[in-house]
Amino acid sequence: MFAEYSSSELLSIFAMQGVAGLILFSVFVLMALGLAIIFGQMGVINMAHGEFMILGAYVTYLTSHVFSTYLPDFFSIYFILAMILAFIAAAALGALVEWAMIRHLYHRPLDTLLATWGLSLILQQTYRTVFGPREVGVTLPDWLMGSYQLTESIELPINGLFVMCLALGISLAVALLMYRSRWGTQVRAVVQNRPMAGAVGINTGKVDRVTFALGCGIAGVAGSAFTMIGSTGPTSGQLYIVDTFLVVVFGGASSLLGTIASAFSISQAQSTMEFFMSGSMSKVLTLLFVVLILMLRPQGLFTLKVRR
Amino acid sequence: MNKTLLSSFHVSPRTQGAGMKTWKKCLLTLAASLVFGNAQAADVNTTGLAVTDTTVKVGILHSVTGTMSISETGSVQAEKLAIDQINAMGGVLGRKIEYIQEDGASDWPTFAEKSKKLLVNDKVAAVFGCWTSASRKAVLPIFEQYNGMLYYPTFYEGLEQSPNVIYTGQEATQQIIAGIDWVTKTKGAKSFYLLGSDYIWPRTSNKIARKHIEKLGLSVVGEEYYPLGHTQFNSVINKIKLKKPDVIYAIVVGGSNVAFYKQLKAAGIDMTKEKPLVLTISVTEDEILGIGGENMVGAYAAMKYFQSLPNENNKKFVADFKAKYGKDIVIGDVTQAAYLGPWLWKAAVEKAGSFDIDKVRAASPGIELTTAPEGYVKVHPNHHLWSKTRIGHARTDGQYDVVFETKDLIEPDPFPKGYQ
Amino acid sequence: MSYQGFRSLLPKKDLYSFLVLALILVVVLPLSLDIFRLNLVGKYLTYAFVAVGLVLCWGYGGILSLGQGVFFGLGGYAMAMFLKLEASDPESTKIQSTPGIPDFMDWNQITELPFFWEPFYSFGFTLLAIILLPTILGYIIGVAMFKRRVGGVYFAIITQALAAILTILIIGQQGYTGGVNGMTDLRTLHGWDIRTDNAKYVFYFVCVFLLFVCLFIAQFIRKSKLGRLLVAMRDKEDRVRFSGYDVSNFKIFVFCVGAIFAAIGGAMFTLQVGFMSPTLVGIVPSIEMVIFCAVGGRLSIIGAVYGALLVNFAKTSFSESFPELWLFAMGGLFIAVVMAFPNGLAGLYNTYAAPKVDAFFAKLFGKTPVSHSSPPTPLPSKPTNTKTESVTLPQGVVHEQ
Repeated sequence: MFAEYSSSELLSIFAMQGVAGLILFSVFVLMALGLAIIFGQMGVINMAHGEFMILGAYVTYLTSHVFSTYLPDFFSIYFILAMILAFIAAAALGALVEWAMIRHLYHRPLDTLLATWGLSLILQQTYRTVFGPREVGVTLPDWLMGSYQLTESIELPINGLFVMCLALGISLAVALLMYRSRWGTQVRAVVQNRPMAGAVGINTGKVDRVTFALGCGIAGVAGSAFTMIGSTGPTSGQLYIVDTFLVVVFGGASSLLGTIASAFSISQAQSTMEFFMSGSMSKVLTLLFVVLILMLRPQGLFTLKVRR
Repeated sequence: MNKTLLSSFHVSPRTQGAGMKTWKKCLLTLAASLVFGNAQAADVNTTGLAVTDTTVKVGILHSVTGTMSISETGSVQAEKLAIDQINAMGGVLGRKIEYIQEDGASDWPTFAEKSKKLLVNDKVAAVFGCWTSASRKAVLPIFEQYNGMLYYPTFYEGLEQSPNVIYTGQEATQQIIAGIDWVTKTKGAKSFYLLGSDYIWPRTSNKIARKHIEKLGLSVVGEEYYPLGHTQFNSVINKIKLKKPDVIYAIVVGGSNVAFYKQLKAAGIDMTKEKPLVLTISVTEDEILGIGGENMVGAYAAMKYFQSLPNENNKKFVADFKAKYGKDIVIGDVTQAAYLGPWLWKAAVEKAGSFDIDKVRAASPGIELTTAPEGYVKVHPNHHLWSKTRIGHARTDGQYDVVFETKDLIEPDPFPKGYQ
Repeated sequence: MSYQGFRSLLPKKDLYSFLVLALILVVVLPLSLDIFRLNLVGKYLTYAFVAVGLVLCWGYGGILSLGQGVFFGLGGYAMAMFLKLEASDPESTKIQSTPGIPDFMDWNQITELPFFWEPFYSFGFTLLAIILLPTILGYIIGVAMFKRRVGGVYFAIITQALAAILTILIIGQQGYTGGVNGMTDLRTLHGWDIRTDNAKYVFYFVCVFLLFVCLFIAQFIRKSKLGRLLVAMRDKEDRVRFSGYDVSNFKIFVFCVGAIFAAIGGAMFTLQVGFMSPTLVGIVPSIEMVIFCAVGGRLSIIGAVYGALLVNFAKTSFSESFPELWLFAMGGLFIAVVMAFPNGLAGLYNTYAAPKVDAFFAKLFGKTPVSHSSPPTPLPSKPTNTKTESVTLPQGVVHEQ
């Protein structure tokens, strides 16, 4: 299929395809990071994760609305503020949900799955009631739109670059928090041995709540960022769930590195296959490939050895 | 579809003379009802439908929950508006329309269940509803079994013709051929890249498009389908850049739409430069609301209705719609087609002088609507509408400028010869 | 079976609940509902098959599958393929460019019947396929997962991914499967019109009969040594393993049984509703089926049937009057069942109503009340995280981990 193209054309296509893969990778990392933190900490998959993302997206929409109505002069910077607000809103809701629901269910992880699914239904309908069933359009400031012309034939989408930087930044921040802060030490202690952690005076309940809130907050930021590349509607969160869960499970529990490695391999597999075959088939093959590897290596790519 | 079903359409051949006769008959009935007042319910309803001396029940069946509620909300609003207006004018055969609304919940078995409820339990005289082809396919056997009447608003793939359905949207050839002819003639397009969501409407439409493009001696350089709800289009955009087509012919739907156009713009494809030009048949004003006008500007759409159509009918329709649902509301092609449903049914009932399904069906071919927002429409014996196709050019404010309109009404042809 | 054997399979308490259910399904509902509503009940009962299977897998085995829709779909599609072939005989498909193949194939330029459709001309093969396909798939998944000791959340997510894969595959391969529209317009079974009211009555009773067959099988498993082993595994897998049992084989077996039940439900769904579509395969219906089971009581096979019936009744009546409220109600139900009533309706019944019912019967017959031991253990809880302290359960039962 490449015979009719010159080598420079091919080079630029491969470069752009590489960038496309990296963007997909960043999207996956953003989607999965919050979920992975919660999964690693409590062994629980938060089925309402997609709805927390959409909460972030709606917060962004509201912020853009407020700015374009009252503060049109500052419109170009609203996106940064919107992401912060999205984080706060999603984290606050997360903390509330943890307090009201999740903490009663820690000994029954499968039930948490169901309860959070119920929560996702309620959130979806809430969005529909508040914002209407139609999708909303989020206006982006000009500097986030368009592309950056690297060479004559290679163009880099700016929103993609933004998502990449964001994914990098959040991953670094989470890594710092986990491995360089007092709170991170506590989290790791609780993950490795909860009763012992409790015995040495760590408030495990509080650690759980903060972790859950942080995971949800990151989901909110991700949702805010995804207004640049995807849709914002009551059920948009559903578009991301399967990919997200698979990335997390494929990466293995309690390992940030695992999540990142799994996001990388899934995204590269998908974007490479998409280039050579139809979108539907490449999606099926990617999912099958992940499921097959999980069957061979059920604990995921990376696991932390813990005493169970 | 078997042959007996098909042949039932040809019972009443549509000739000029017959048209005149029915027109006169219609006037007579109208006059009669003015002179003698309301006919007794038993006379206009011999089959036990939910018709009293003062009311008639109809059904509205759309998804108000689930993923499809994004698209179907507009249709519900249009149908309710039309019913309100008809009631304000005195109703149908002197009877006020009461609607029973059911939620299909974006789930095809639920559509089947609810349609059965409307027909069997509520005995409605007509149902306005369904949006996706899948929901229509799910309810179709039920409408045929219990002899109901469905007014289906969406542009769709064709390949269907049921005596129990009036298709108020365009079938694929009406929408596609005019659009492709226009880009080849006006814009000199030579090569096309076909892209769609992976289900029957985009696939069938692209099949028709491909046949037509190849008939014109032009080339299709790529054809791609993505699962419904897909959100990452960077790879296909790269493929498009590699192939350098003159036209991207996109039939992406739902949430994928938003992702596709945002990413297209971000990848540096400026649609206002028309290199390549984007032609779509799936993005109405409703969808632009989610995509954002600034991401859609410069694209062309081929469909039968745009909110900006300058005729008087449409100005009134848009004003009424905004008066009822707020000034920020937008109206897309399907919304307008849904609005036609109750009016076409009213006209058929009055022409037949009865609510009986069989009589309404027999009266339907040849029904004309001069007050339609899209202009003039007429029901073809194959239960689709004669309609014009327009090309819209997207503006930044989420509206289309109508840049072209076919000269004549296009005949609906759900089983196009040479395109299958 | 000897009387003794029968009594140990169906102790008095279980016998009564079987009889009450039979009375409701065979006598009360058919007499009190018109055929439209009865057909709806029949549709709900097809979900009950899945829920009963889930009681075995999840309630007893501790395996939560979020992909039962896959098996429901396999059964449903197998049946739909047979009916579709019968509905597309050359006579009624004359107007197609290739008569004699299903209409959706014709629309997708397929000119001859794909090889894997051929066997579905035979009704016998179809019935066999409905049982065998899910068994084989369930076995493959089971071996791959349980032999490697995958469980809990991992298993749930992987089965969910399978549901997603099958849905995308069905939609993507529309020439062979009917795509997103599914297989519609199914008409006759061996020349017998399945759309008439008579047929609907027949299918309803067939459905009830098959459901009872499944219930008896489930009851047998529950009462056998296997059932007790399942419970033991659920609560402390390692101890069972150390006692010399091959834990995975039991899990594979019960998962396959659940798969077959689901497939039978799917086939009955196709017959009663008249079509099959990928919306019944995906993630959402799969999770909804879990909630039917949870509402009924995840440890009660009879409760699962009531759960499926009640949730769907509620769904139908709610969405007729307040469609917008339905999702709130459904979501609230999920949360309430999980948090407040983890043993579902059956648990509520056993806690509150059962003592009174027993007292009533005791008065009536002048006998001592039947002792009401609640199901083997009050709650399935298989901790996958590192908590090892004893946990206080909502109903105040202390459960030593």
